[in-house]
Amino acid sequence: MNALHTTADILDIEKIRADFPILQTKVNGRPLVYFDNAASSQKPWKVIKAIEDYYTKLNSNVHRGVHHLSQKATDAFEASRRKVAAFINAAHDYEVIFTRGTTESINLVAHSFGKRFVNEGDVVIISALEHHSNIVPWQMLCEDRGAKLKVIPINEKGELNIEAFRELLDDTVKIVSVNYVSNSLGTINPVKEIISLARYNDIPVMLDVAQAVQHMPIDVQELDVDFAAFSSHKMYGPTGIGVLYGKESWLNKMPPYQGGGEMIKTVTFDKTVYNELPFKFEAGTPHIEAVICLSAAIDYINEIGLDNIARYEHELLVYATEQLSMIEGIRFIGTADNKASVVSFNLDGIHAYDVGVILDQLGIAVRTGHHCTQPLMDIFCIPGTVRASFAFYNTKEEIDALVEGVKRASRMLR
Amino acid sequence: MTINEIQDELIEEFSLFGDWMEKYENIIQMGKELPLINAQYKTDDNIIKGCQSRVWLHADYKEGRIFFTADSDAVITKGLVSMVIRVLSGHAPAEIMNAELYFVDKVGLREHLSMTRSNGLLSMIKQMKMYAMAMHSKQNANGTV
Ligand SMILES: Cc1ncc(COP(=O)(O)O)c(C=O)c1O
Repeated sequence: MNALHTTADILDIEKIRADFPILQTKVNGRPLVYFDNAASSQKPWKVIKAIEDYYTKLNSNVHRGVHHLSQKATDAFEASRRKVAAFINAAHDYEVIFTRGTTESINLVAHSFGKRFVNEGDVVIISALEHHSNIVPWQMLCEDRGAKLKVIPINEKGELNIEAFRELLDDTVKIVSVNYVSNSLGTINPVKEIISLARYNDIPVMLDVAQAVQHMPIDVQELDVDFAAFSSHKMYGPTGIGVLYGKESWLNKMPPYQGGGEMIKTVTFDKTVYNELPFKFEAGTPHIEAVICLSAAIDYINEIGLDNIARYEHELLVYATEQLSMIEGIRFIGTADNKASVVSFNLDGIHAYDVGVILDQLGIAVRTGHHCTQPLMDIFCIPGTVRASFAFYNTKEEIDALVEGVKRASRMLR
Repeated sequence: MTINEIQDELIEEFSLFGDWMEKYENIIQMGKELPLINAQYKTDDNIIKGCQSRVWLHADYKEGRIFFTADSDAVITKGLVSMVIRVLSGHAPAEIMNAELYFVDKVGLREHLSMTRSNGLLSMIKQMKMYAMAMHSKQNANGTV
């Protein structure tokens, strides 16, 4: 990026901030600085209004009624599925399954894929960078099937050791599941390389893209990934809804996850014929409102443009890293060459929790603790970190406030 | 002093602070005055499971009273622990069991007792009361009360 290329010509931040009413919040009399975006992002008016619109104009059950409202709700629901499919460039709409979130998407695959394809003595590969939701479901599966969980190690910068991964690959490996971007460290993993190595060995790959979809364009066909999981609430959409993308060929071979309404074609007490994709994996009345409003979030992201978002957030990351590194006794956890807008750090001899409490008093929302990645924290021999994660509505001024806050915390806590 | 008298004293002390900075500086200071747990008791058995900061707690029973010592790896937690110990330590089991800790709210530290703050404070108080309860039933069984 050349020196003349300033924030101003990437995005109109003032205008963007006005789209997010919650950013006007005052905490202890100070303006809220929201740096907990990796945990959950804030919502623009477009999404908030869509929720009101849904309940004032569309509310009805989907796929069932012949009446006017049910048809309108169903149309909007399926339009949202198409929007999601286009957003990640899925080959077919029905490869998009709505779930409760990343966690449920991973559990679905671990359960349904595992039931059909993972047996005693088989291996499932994850990485040392995983969120608990991409560890525990596989652990449960392995326990159930007598399979083994293997872990791709990392280096001291928090980057995956691809050579070690290559060595883990053999014909006992039934699936590889890794994140695209680490929620704790921000590492962007070389997923293309991982997928092509696995593909060479005919092993399917699942990507946890919960921390990637909101930061960079994702094309599941170009990646040639088999499964991908993400959550709406981390991409400016409503909570309680998420997506599982799966290649048609795999989804068709997998048994359903849950039984109930919607997922059936015919039911008798002797035999149930399952519905086709995507409904086979969507038992029960879905979270209709959230599915429809996720579409508004995607529209919003598209209006700003993921390329612009990626560029601006990278600028924030570089600025924050520069400014924070001037603080005495700071230690960054996760210094990968390729990172998303997440900064994780500790202050020498100070507990992350203490820093978080002081920052909170200053109106600065960060996450402290293990970020649901306890095994990763164990590798670094720390109980946790302070994590600031940036979104495109954050500013350099807010980063200045964080830096001041950390300095103040450091003075108070020493 | 009774448990409530100590709580009132704490509330009075905190009312003198002008802003949150002073309040937290005082909490950190109190952490430094915490009756530290003897190293031999700083074991995994004595850890109170909080999500983020760890708290170790030990109780001694002497002449009808319970004395607590503790430690934590986070200084603000240590300060909060110190306050709870100042309030509860040195009292009879029945008093500890029935104590209602209103000072946390009154000194504006309520957020530290909420579920999200997972600093182990809530579990620590529970643990202290359980210990008191155990000693209380033991006393009753021995007929000393
Ligand atoms: C990388 C990653 N995977 C999975 C999850 C779980 O997402 P959810 O709680 O929305 O299911 C998160 C969110 O914390 C995450 O950051």
